[in-house]
Amino acid sequence: MIVYLDNSATTKVRDEVLKDIIDINENYYGNPSSLHRMGLMAEKKIDEARKSAAKLINAKAQEIYFTGGGTESNNIAIFGHITNSDKHNNIITTKIEHPSVYNVFKQLEDKFSVRYLDTDESGKINTSMLNDMVDENTLLVSIMHVNNEIGIVQDLNEIKDIIKGKNKNTKLHIDAIQSYGKIKIDVNKLSIDTLSFSSHKIHGPKGIGGLFIRSGLRINPLTYGGGQERGMRSGTENTPGIIGFGKACELIYDNFEEETERLYSLKNQYIKRLTEEIEDIKINCPIDGGAPHIINVSFKDVPGEVLLHSLEGKDIYVSTGSACSSKSRDNRVLNAVKLSREYQTGTIRISLGHFNNFEEVEYVIENIKHSVKDIRSITKRG
Amino acid sequence: MYNITAVSFGEIFLKGKNRGSFEQKLIEQIKYALKKFNNVSVYKDSGKVYVETKNEDDMDEIVENVRKVFGISNLSPSIKTTKDPDTIIEKTKELFKYLLTKENIKTFKIKTKRSDKEFPIKSMDFSALVGGKILEEFSTVTVDVHNPDVEIYIDIKKSCYISSERIKALGGLPIGSSGRALLLLSGGIDSPVAGYMIAKRGVEINALYFHTYPFTSERANEKVKKLKEKLEEYCGKITLYSINILEIHKAIKEFCREEETTILARRFMMRIAEKIAYENNMYMLITGESLGQVASQTMKSMAVIEDAIKMPILKPLVGLDKTEIIEIAREIGTYDTSILPYDDCCSVFAPKHPLIRPKLESIIRSESNLNIEELVEKVYSTMEIL
Repeated sequence: MIVYLDNSATTKVRDEVLKDIIDINENYYGNPSSLHRMGLMAEKKIDEARKSAAKLINAKAQEIYFTGGGTESNNIAIFGHITNSDKHNNIITTKIEHPSVYNVFKQLEDKFSVRYLDTDESGKINTSMLNDMVDENTLLVSIMHVNNEIGIVQDLNEIKDIIKGKNKNTKLHIDAIQSYGKIKIDVNKLSIDTLSFSSHKIHGPKGIGGLFIRSGLRINPLTYGGGQERGMRSGTENTPGIIGFGKACELIYDNFEEETERLYSLKNQYIKRLTEEIEDIKINCPIDGGAPHIINVSFKDVPGEVLLHSLEGKDIYVSTGSACSSKSRDNRVLNAVKLSREYQTGTIRISLGHFNNFEEVEYVIENIKHSVKDIRSITKRG
Repeated sequence: MYNITAVSFGEIFLKGKNRGSFEQKLIEQIKYALKKFNNVSVYKDSGKVYVETKNEDDMDEIVENVRKVFGISNLSPSIKTTKDPDTIIEKTKELFKYLLTKENIKTFKIKTKRSDKEFPIKSMDFSALVGGKILEEFSTVTVDVHNPDVEIYIDIKKSCYISSERIKALGGLPIGSSGRALLLLSGGIDSPVAGYMIAKRGVEINALYFHTYPFTSERANEKVKKLKEKLEEYCGKITLYSINILEIHKAIKEFCREEETTILARRFMMRIAEKIAYENNMYMLITGESLGQVASQTMKSMAVIEDAIKMPILKPLVGLDKTEIIEIAREIGTYDTSILPYDDCCSVFAPKHPLIRPKLESIIRSESNLNIEELVEKVYSTMEIL
């Protein structure tokens, strides 16, 4: 039995999606920019996919721009918002962002005053700090909806109220790469300016993502060329990627509540059994109210990497938060939530997806128990 | 420009009656180093080996690959022609013109060697003749027989070879001319260099890699494989044995003192290496130890480790500084792979305070708590060939 539990890293493409991708490659391979019928057919397919992607966040189709993936979407949004480079201006993000936001902000430190928000031990951002930080010179606040490592969900409603209350010109960018298709998002109710998402996290193909840009908002593109995606992302459209992504969105839309419910109860079952059956562990993801698909757990005296490889030996695939090698740095996110060093090194993430089921739980838990016991017998001397 | 390269042997000349078999080995290794090229032939013409290609564009890369074969002192990229004097003159002019585009040449010298006495013109006369033609054609240069900027060498054998460049190769002896040995290859900087140095003296090497999966990652295996492939550019084909010694570490952890871990584990590694070497007709082991570099490489530690086996252990790096080792690692191209982050041993098994002056008696006493043969057999059964 292969149990793939690294769905926050990437997911397996669903059969229906794969079928569409093959169909496009075989039958609709025209360049959407071409004047002839083959081009038009491809263009129409893309329009349909755009509607499907928009529907998941209650956006209008024309507010969706397809990109090369989540990282690119975040880059376009952040750089696009802040053309007005000036040290008097400030931009704000959190200490637990994904590198595709965090490293962009790091990069911008010599051009702007860059401010980083703390979080509490659960990963929730400090909203009174946010309230203090936003001022008349704040150009942009960028916040991730769901953290990819610990699954904490930020209260976007509250965040939006604070920001717009202090400065209605401040733009709000949301990195929704981990929440898109997993948690209901309504870009209208939330008055979000831009929001990024990705296809391969929701069983679509890799190399395709999207950016929501509120109608009427002007964003400068990062690249120039043939002006595809209404100038926002030049370069011939990745038609098979877009169509596959659209299909993945539809499949989620059709079954949203049931699937989310199913993932939550799967997650709860994992957490319940881990907590009840293994000693000296710490659950780092929210037990109620977090993302439905992310479980983050630390085992004392168990190097995460060793547990990962031990499980991989049983065809169970998870990820680690922190490397055991002394050369590597601490994990920034786990540091931000003040997880102690003795637990940090023993952290793994179990992330769920469409293909996971309840039958796997027994197999996974038994193997984790066995591996943890085995590893502890070596690491705990005497 | 060049369609052939002449290969001059190094120390092989010293080896008297063995010369024939050494040369044959060398030719085989040159062919192995060039296996990816089509249209290449390797042959002998009175004392020298020649590598000929039908595709002149390949020549730079061919020279680069052949240069890495041990047993060669230098290489001369050449133009091969028929022995027709007019053709030789034409080709020499072509070569001269090419050399003028590459460097600033004011003076030159032509040197002819005529092994084929049927060639109608004597060496000295022919050099003068060709030199005259060069002077006619290129007005900016003059002859200087004592200290020329460039010397053109015309070698008249079964065919004629015209050359001017001479590229220094690595020297050493052809692989396989000095027997076989087993290299203990880790993912680090030292052991690939140690393998290289012994192979240079004509030893055919194979390699053994120890890991502790799942305490180490499969990426560490891949890293060692890459190092092996890099070494193969010099050493020819290497068999890479891989052994999981987790069970040994577990037993040491359970029954022995923590500070002895490294010494005990190394003694086990030697036993396993010796066993594999015996079974595969290898006569010595090679390690990358350098005196005083880490706790297990002090004089006493090395003596205690070596005591575990009978087979001699070659330690070519023993007197080198780390910086010197790194320099060689960079030269042979293993350094960048060696510094990748995947460790072959997890820090879990590294004692906090390793012994630097272990006592043999107390190590042997600790080992009496372990069933050595059983453990060796147990981990030996995990052997894979990567």
